[in-house]
Amino acid sequence: MRDVAIISFAQTKHAREISDINEVEILMPLMTEALASAGIAKERVDFVCSASSDYLAGQPFSFVMSLDAFGPWPPISESHVDMDGAWAMYEAWVKMQMGKTDIALVYAYGKSSPGNIRRVLSRQLDPYSLGPLWLDSVSIAAMQARLGLDAGVFTEQQIAEVVVDARRHGAQNPFAQLGGTFDVAGLLEEPEFVAPLRKHDCAPVTDGAAVMILAAGDVARELSDRPAWIRGIDHRIEAAALGVRDLTRSTSTKLAAQHARVAAGAVDFAELHAPFAHQELLLRAAIGLDDSVTVNPSGGALCANPIMTAGLVRLGEAAARITRGDGDRAVAHATSGPCLQQNLVCVLEGD
Amino acid sequence: MSDITLPPSLQGVAPVKSIRTPARLDYQYSAGRASSRFLNNVAKKRLVGQMCPACEKVYVPPRGSCPTCGVATGEDVELSDNGTITSFCVVNVPFMGTLMEIPYVSALIVLDGSDIPIMHLIQEVPYDEVHPGMRVEAVWVPDDEIGATLESIRYFRPNGEPDAPFDSYKENV
Repeated sequence: MRDVAIISFAQTKHAREISDINEVEILMPLMTEALASAGIAKERVDFVCSASSDYLAGQPFSFVMSLDAFGPWPPISESHVDMDGAWAMYEAWVKMQMGKTDIALVYAYGKSSPGNIRRVLSRQLDPYSLGPLWLDSVSIAAMQARLGLDAGVFTEQQIAEVVVDARRHGAQNPFAQLGGTFDVAGLLEEPEFVAPLRKHDCAPVTDGAAVMILAAGDVARELSDRPAWIRGIDHRIEAAALGVRDLTRSTSTKLAAQHARVAAGAVDFAELHAPFAHQELLLRAAIGLDDSVTVNPSGGALCANPIMTAGLVRLGEAAARITRGDGDRAVAHATSGPCLQQNLVCVLEGD
Repeated sequence: MSDITLPPSLQGVAPVKSIRTPARLDYQYSAGRASSRFLNNVAKKRLVGQMCPACEKVYVPPRGSCPTCGVATGEDVELSDNGTITSFCVVNVPFMGTLMEIPYVSALIVLDGSDIPIMHLIQEVPYDEVHPGMRVEAVWVPDDEIGATLESIRYFRPNGEPDAPFDSYKENV
């Protein structure tokens, strides 16, 4: 395997609504910041990979215009995924494994505010049996939480503890949308939103974007004092039909964590992409993180959840902490689809 | 499929060959800063592009960036509502929702002072006389109908000037 590292990362100050500027205007300052932080001009970038969804933008081929933020002239090598930016990063990593790409720029953006995100996400469901029901993302997650509670996989108390930790961490993160001091008893007194979920158990609706720069081998060492090396990465997917899955465990995460060799060393902290609080508990169990591991020091998706972007933000947050020296070995995770259908697990290490 | 045995309750039932599941999503689209400024100027009957500080090309409608250089465009440039046709097509197929009688002409027009063409309709000239280099002018809707939309220009028509020399628009062909 070729050594590839995350050497630079920039993200928006995530918000419920960024409506005064368009996607290009959101992305351009982030690209400038990420390139400046890596100390390179855009001409050194060998490959650009982006992530977004036309269903969020409400217009076809919306990502093509977003390339204006990079300036794709002379013609560049470029690709796009209709997936979270973590998978754009995975594509860039695969491309770099082939040897000719030394520097890749990955970006992701998602504005949920133009549409109704719960309805938009229902379009991920199969168009024959579930899609026509307009089964929305919060309701599906609530069914998963109910299954977990009934099976004794987790308790309401544990779900609330996840939220307390996330909001406490979010208060320390200048890019987070939510944060603050809460206690379990207070949270459990809040009314149910879509039972058994309370509003604070669900990620907020967020507009945001992120840009990441990857570099290979000696180029990474040249450009960064402490690159965050990708030591293991894998992604797995489960069936689209919710009825054939065991929603009280995340088998695809478990498999991805095994193939990314999470257990090969101690984990200092983890950034897990859990849009619903109970899902963080399922992910911890699937990856095999014990209680000593700090999870989501950024606050996680519960404090800012720009769709198509929040997974890439987990990778970027983890890498930034490694580069700053706040840890030597981290797990970063991204998810996509209803009830943790698809999962990517990445192990990052500092030298 | 022959090895699938349906339960008795479904045997003899006509198979479902297709279903219709209409879907509708509504969006509140944000034009962004640059496009909002452009559209607000259109409402004042002005066409205002933006110049790239690096390559000095003028974009209209501006989207806030130079797609070639990847830098923000800031400086407003007032443009004429006269321009030159660089390319066109004759539309012979009726599209759903269109109010146009076919055939009609849709053309790319470089407004004087800009470096990228906009697309608009050409009228008041037989379609087989439209050609690249033809000089045209905007025909605006009546003042009380003007709004923040390119539909404030009803169409373009020949302005009577001689054809523009090819060199003046060759970069847009």
